[in-house]
Amino acid sequence: MENEGKKRIWSDYQKEIADDHFFYVRSCIRQSFYPGSEQFFLDFMRNVLGKDVYENPSHTTCTGIGYHGDIVPLQTIMTVVARHFALMKESGYRNIAISCVTSFGIYTEILETWKHFPEELEKTREYLFKATGREFDIPENMAHTSDIIYKFRNEIAGRAKNLLINKKTGEPLKVVEHIGCHYAKMFPKFGVGGAEFPRVLSGMAEAWGGEVVDYPERRHCCGFGFRQYLVQANRGYSISNTAKKFSSMQPFKPDLVLTNCPGCNMFMDKWQYTIKEMEGTTYGAEGESIPVLTYEELAGLVMGYNPWDLGLQYHMVQSEPLLEKMGIATDKKDKFKTKDGRQMPIPGNLINA
Amino acid sequence: MPDMTGSIVVIGGGTAGMEAAGQLAKAGLSVTLIEKEKDMGGHLKDWYHLFPDRRSSDEVLDYLNRQIDNEHINMLAGKTVSGFRRKGNEFIVSTGNGEDIKADAILMATGFDLFRSERKEEYGYGIYDNVITSSDLEKMFRNRELKLKNGKKPGRIGIVHCVGSRDEKVGNLYCSKLCCVTAVKQAMELRKNLPDCRVFCFYMDMRMGGALYEELYREAQEKYGVGFIRGKVSEVGVNIDNKLVVKVEDTLVGRPLKMEIDMLVLMAGMEMSEEGTRLAEAGKLKTGENRFFAPADHHFGSNKSNVKGIFYAGTCTAPMNITETISHARGAVTDIIDYLRNIKK
Repeated sequence: MENEGKKRIWSDYQKEIADDHFFYVRSCIRQSFYPGSEQFFLDFMRNVLGKDVYENPSHTTCTGIGYHGDIVPLQTIMTVVARHFALMKESGYRNIAISCVTSFGIYTEILETWKHFPEELEKTREYLFKATGREFDIPENMAHTSDIIYKFRNEIAGRAKNLLINKKTGEPLKVVEHIGCHYAKMFPKFGVGGAEFPRVLSGMAEAWGGEVVDYPERRHCCGFGFRQYLVQANRGYSISNTAKKFSSMQPFKPDLVLTNCPGCNMFMDKWQYTIKEMEGTTYGAEGESIPVLTYEELAGLVMGYNPWDLGLQYHMVQSEPLLEKMGIATDKKDKFKTKDGRQMPIPGNLINA
Repeated sequence: MPDMTGSIVVIGGGTAGMEAAGQLAKAGLSVTLIEKEKDMGGHLKDWYHLFPDRRSSDEVLDYLNRQIDNEHINMLAGKTVSGFRRKGNEFIVSTGNGEDIKADAILMATGFDLFRSERKEEYGYGIYDNVITSSDLEKMFRNRELKLKNGKKPGRIGIVHCVGSRDEKVGNLYCSKLCCVTAVKQAMELRKNLPDCRVFCFYMDMRMGGALYEELYREAQEKYGVGFIRGKVSEVGVNIDNKLVVKVEDTLVGRPLKMEIDMLVLMAGMEMSEEGTRLAEAGKLKTGENRFFAPADHHFGSNKSNVKGIFYAGTCTAPMNITETISHARGAVTDIIDYLRNIKK
């Protein structure tokens, strides 16, 4: 495989990522299922890099799941997004930082729609004004938060306490990077590295010492696919797509899967548990499952954050095998304790634990 | 036509430029043939065998070299044209090294560029070992080096039609016209050189409109057992054994396919050359929707441009095969002679 060819593609798909003063919009799924991710992002940006990141408590869901589930019409979601832009304007920000890949895809799709169909933009302005009395500006800069971590990947590498190196063998850890479909497949120009050979996660993994694995189903959907999962009768289709991906990556013996999309993280993590329960199949080395981490969780591990502060215990596939390879010592008794030391219930049937 | 006088600059020393230069010189005209490469011959010199009869390209190249072996032709190889300007009924053509050449007429024979297959990122050209182009394969045939990157012989070979042609995503809506027959020819050559290999062509439509093309297509199936699968390849990856994994839909049976192959050959389409594009802008020459030079009239002025005294020959106007290119070049010569006679009246 020739890296020069990839570098040429990456150079074609570079995007402007703002350096400071972000209006931060959270993800519905991530703050529920992987809360340490957004927590790390805010802590790293504000307290490590000293950046200005603002959250507005009036921010809501973008309704993207409803939109892709065919229950929210386009005009409605455009007005919801316009309201977010209005909140940004009212707060005095021009750079939007989006935590969710689905939302990011929604925002890019809407901005492109308005660009090509200006009458839709005018209609949306009217809808929002009539409904809320608000007005909005188009953001000057729009980035997914994985773009921002990619931008600062070398700052993270410079502060690394645990590189992506197997401490026992000295070999780089094998990283499968999985990019959410809505990050760049619709509009490759909005993604770092484009859609076919995205750079946003592979750039992080390599900067932190890992080796990225290419495998035949690398571009395949994680299995979520919205209606493939949301319509209950379709869930067999959803899980079979996940199984297809994991079967394809299995021969490469990956040490972890790195994602930038809330849905991908959830489905690649939880469906592994389900597949194991259903048929006893696991995809990692020595009968283990493969830990699936968000880029913030991985960045946090690299920088030496406590894995339990990062929320790794809330994954279905536990990360102990990965932590062991990276040489990160943990105290099991703290794993399910609150910040003030209270013991939480310990889930049964944890895998990899 | 012994009474003909005049000087012509022919820009481009490929098939069209060589043929036209030879015919113009035979008519007694003084010709300057400018070619940017160090050797004349254009794309033809990289090709191995030609369709439909699989004759050696060297035979055609020999013919063209004999055509330009004429005392009336001044060959400037390894030189580019920086621009040209009109002065009365004459043109002043400037070369990249500052030389000015007077001409009564200019013939653009700037040819085509092969579509850069790396632009179809999903095929992984320039990234995955053993994803090659039709042009790369011709070089392999010429050099007798038909092998994979690891030195082994390929066992299963895929050929992708329409790479950069009929493709809205890359901005080329037109058909490059020659890729289908090139694929058929190359598939047969592969089977002939590697009798144990299996070859699969992935096509949208088989456009076999030239003389003897359909017969070649039939021969490829009946005699050489080439498999033709109607469907466009959607993506290429590699597995743990470094074999290429190709995803394609067989639209005739309505099923998706995932195939492991050793080598994938991309039938790169034809695009207006960069040199032609540059000169079109410099000389205010009109181009069509397909970005090739737009002829003054598609039926009876295909060699004429929108600028009096500037003519076109060959694939700078549209994809065409060698036979058509030679005929088109001869047509340009007729138009140029007619033009010279009229301006001297």
